[in-house]
Amino acid sequence: MEQIKILTANIDKPNSTSIDVYIDGGGYKAAEKALKMKPEEVTQVVKDSELRGRGGAGFPTGAKWSFVPKNAPKPTWLLCNADESEPGTFKDRVLMEKDPHLLIEGMIISGYAIGSNPMSYIYIRGEFHYGSVVLEKALDEARAKGYLGKNILGSGFDFDITVARGAGAYICGEETGLIESVEGHRGQPRVKPPFPAVIGVFGGPTVVNNVETLACVPLIINNGADWFKSFGTPKNTGPKLYCVSGSVRKPGVYEFPMGVNLKELIYEHCGGILGDRKLKAVIPGGASAPMFTPDEIDLPLNFDAIQKAGSMLGSAGIIVLDDSVCIVDAVWRLSKFFAHESCGQCTPCREGTNWLESVLDRIERGEGRKQDADLLLDMSDNIGGKSLCALGDAAIGPVISSVKKFRSEYLHHIEHKSCLPETVRYRRLDRAVAAH
Amino acid sequence: MADLHPDNPYAPDRFPDPKKAVEFPPEAKKRFDYILTRYPNKEACLLPTLHLVQETWGWISPEAVLYVGTLLNLSPATVFGVVSFYNMYNQKPVGKYHLQVCTNLSCMVRRAYDIYDHLCDKLDVHPGATTKDGLYTVVEVECLGSCGTAPVVQVNNDYHENMDVTKIDALLGELK
Repeated sequence: MEQIKILTANIDKPNSTSIDVYIDGGGYKAAEKALKMKPEEVTQVVKDSELRGRGGAGFPTGAKWSFVPKNAPKPTWLLCNADESEPGTFKDRVLMEKDPHLLIEGMIISGYAIGSNPMSYIYIRGEFHYGSVVLEKALDEARAKGYLGKNILGSGFDFDITVARGAGAYICGEETGLIESVEGHRGQPRVKPPFPAVIGVFGGPTVVNNVETLACVPLIINNGADWFKSFGTPKNTGPKLYCVSGSVRKPGVYEFPMGVNLKELIYEHCGGILGDRKLKAVIPGGASAPMFTPDEIDLPLNFDAIQKAGSMLGSAGIIVLDDSVCIVDAVWRLSKFFAHESCGQCTPCREGTNWLESVLDRIERGEGRKQDADLLLDMSDNIGGKSLCALGDAAIGPVISSVKKFRSEYLHHIEHKSCLPETVRYRRLDRAVAAH
Repeated sequence: MADLHPDNPYAPDRFPDPKKAVEFPPEAKKRFDYILTRYPNKEACLLPTLHLVQETWGWISPEAVLYVGTLLNLSPATVFGVVSFYNMYNQKPVGKYHLQVCTNLSCMVRRAYDIYDHLCDKLDVHPGATTKDGLYTVVEVECLGSCGTAPVVQVNNDYHENMDVTKIDALLGELK
């Protein structure tokens, strides 16, 4: 499959963040077109395009918009989820830092479609300071040209955007955690229902969309739903950004029609495995996705195919591990992440993620006990599905899949009190690990 | 704020000292007033206001917690609850250069721990601590969203991508 440049069409242009360059390339035409349509018509086009949310869950975007009740007692809000914190994911950052106006245009159209309050927020993770500066500047340009503010392009639609910076919490990428954070609270997810489409931020109906999802919207309005569906396969449509990192020669963001073959992506487009080593495992959708072994990767990267194969496309953050990586150490590192990022609200996740980390650490140090592999599965069973949000389920994804697929490596650690001979030490075990 | 557990190692620092009461300088005050216009209620202004506090003083002191509480009509406990939840709010002063090394999986397999170990050894600091001259603080952080250009080290607000031990030495030379 050939690489395409649709979402990334502007990013290589000189001065790509300026509004003049964006307008020269046909920018803001979609907003002009959409504001002449009825909001329901805009939603219908997005529904017809079968666009699915690019943040992780793959929920149909048009359907999400249509859940917003008409005539709700409180104003409706649009939030952009730019809290890209899933390990292995770095696609939204490229869009925001290189082509901020595409996101802004997508938000204007989406805000119009759902009947948004005049104010909306881009919730960007705090570490992306540069991205927030680029966005602020782009917003100023858009206001000066009349694309934001009161009565946009004479349509009677008022809309403005504020950049809200997060402050370093993975959990704020969860829809209701993000809503709590925008309200100025700790980012602890809420009980659902009520779903955000009914009661979300500041008590009003709320739509939370990922950056890449919103960036697709102007393309759909400009070119039509059928054009969008010409990429990918039915129910898995559109151009898609894939982030490849880890042990590959050419890591980076790659754009393909939805459903590029995973094996082809790694070996042909990313130049194969670093140092000509052997492939050991691939995580297809960010840290929370169960991992694949090398004989499982000949499959298209779309929501349904990956789910059928027992994992998830998630945010399309593909992490490639070669045979020098100790699986126990890799899974320990991911478990440490989840233990650190658990918000502390639900006991199974708060306590369980810490226990997973400790048991993996003792196996890695050669202090593992005979029953530890099964203990990990048992603990995972007591975390999964027992917390308010998906963080607990995310934390057990790599643990369960690695114990099932690499059990012999776990047993080797426990029997021989050492890693497999071909693996390399990527961290010193004597270094104190920061508490969380 | 007096009922902190006596074993809490940070407890003595957490009592606000009335002699050190703080107030935004005029420039920051202007930005705070702008923040107030962008949100529908005062509580929602808490995160951006705390960012402003950190930009102004480098960290969020107990006095600043009290001050923000009075600005936004929130109790110090509410403000401190938010400060301590989010990673980026420094609850202690940090060095002039805050060296944040991402060691998550994608960076780890590109040898990020070598950089981290090198920084700790060379600057002779424990993780999370600041050098005696107050110049550098070294911490290990979670994924910075720059996995394609791993390993990455964030110095204050800036990302330094595709790092290795040689490059970090060169960078340290520039950061004085």
